[in-house]
Amino acid sequence: MSTETAADLEAGAGHEHPTDAKYVQIAILLAVITAAEVSTYYVDIGPILIPALMVMMVVKFFYVAAWFMHLKFDSILFTRFFVTGLILATAVYCVFLTVFEFWSKG
Amino acid sequence: MDHDQGSHGTGTGISNNKLLMWVFLGSECLLFGGLISAYLINRGRFHTGPAPGDIFDIPFTSVSSFVLLMSSLTMVLALSALQRGDIRNNRIWLLTTALLGSLFIGGQVYEFTSFLREGLGYTTSPFSSAFFTLTGFHGIHVSVGIVMLMSLVISSYRGTLTKKNSETVEIVGLYWHFVDVVWIFIFTVIYLVPSPTS
Repeated sequence: MSTETAADLEAGAGHEHPTDAKYVQIAILLAVITAAEVSTYYVDIGPILIPALMVMMVVKFFYVAAWFMHLKFDSILFTRFFVTGLILATAVYCVFLTVFEFWSKG
Repeated sequence: MDHDQGSHGTGTGISNNKLLMWVFLGSECLLFGGLISAYLINRGRFHTGPAPGDIFDIPFTSVSSFVLLMSSLTMVLALSALQRGDIRNNRIWLLTTALLGSLFIGGQVYEFTSFLREGLGYTTSPFSSAFFTLTGFHGIHVSVGIVMLMSLVISSYRGTLTKKNSETVEIVGLYWHFVDVVWIFIFTVIYLVPSPTS
């Protein structure tokens, strides 16, 4: 059983949100990462292509969720709901993959 | 800052409306998880039509992705303006977000019609069905977001959207950013990871 109180859950909910300048900085960073992602279409980086794309995708996801969706500043409960959805979605993919790619092959 | 108006009197001390949106977004992860999985399983099944690697226009889709990414910035600036009580800038940023979303949808319509011209219809192959279902569902989500943004703009002009109820903009913003986050996945996994060619 969780021993969290309403005050624990609320922790962070009343924090100051970032300034507009900070949001612009995050957007510039996201734009630079997107440019780096797109550059892999033109420049052959060999076997590190897919790991590099995955890392850049996760970094972009993290920045949008943490800063633009305010998960960094809001209640931890919101993060838990979102992460639970993500974990279940990943589990769905793993089940699909195993069913179609492994178990279906004689 | 007056951005947590809905939390008064709730058992958790946090806004029920915001909590509901996060629960909804958690369930949306499952929807898109299923659709992305279906696409990845079927991306190599294109025997009766064009292959993904032959028809994707990466430069065009990159511009669309950039447009949607920047709409997340304008959305968060709209919220920030309202939280400061700056109604005028709130309207400008909301309208800009809706405009960027509309540009993205326009790009998707163009992409779909060009695919149709190249012989890739919804029922052409398992790949095409999975692709159109995934990106179509995402497009519907963006369209719903544009409707929500425009309703916020109308509320603002009616004088019912003020600093006091900025949480409404925050909740619509959460939905909008989620749609952006889903596209971050789709853009990388569907478009940028090398696709099979015929």
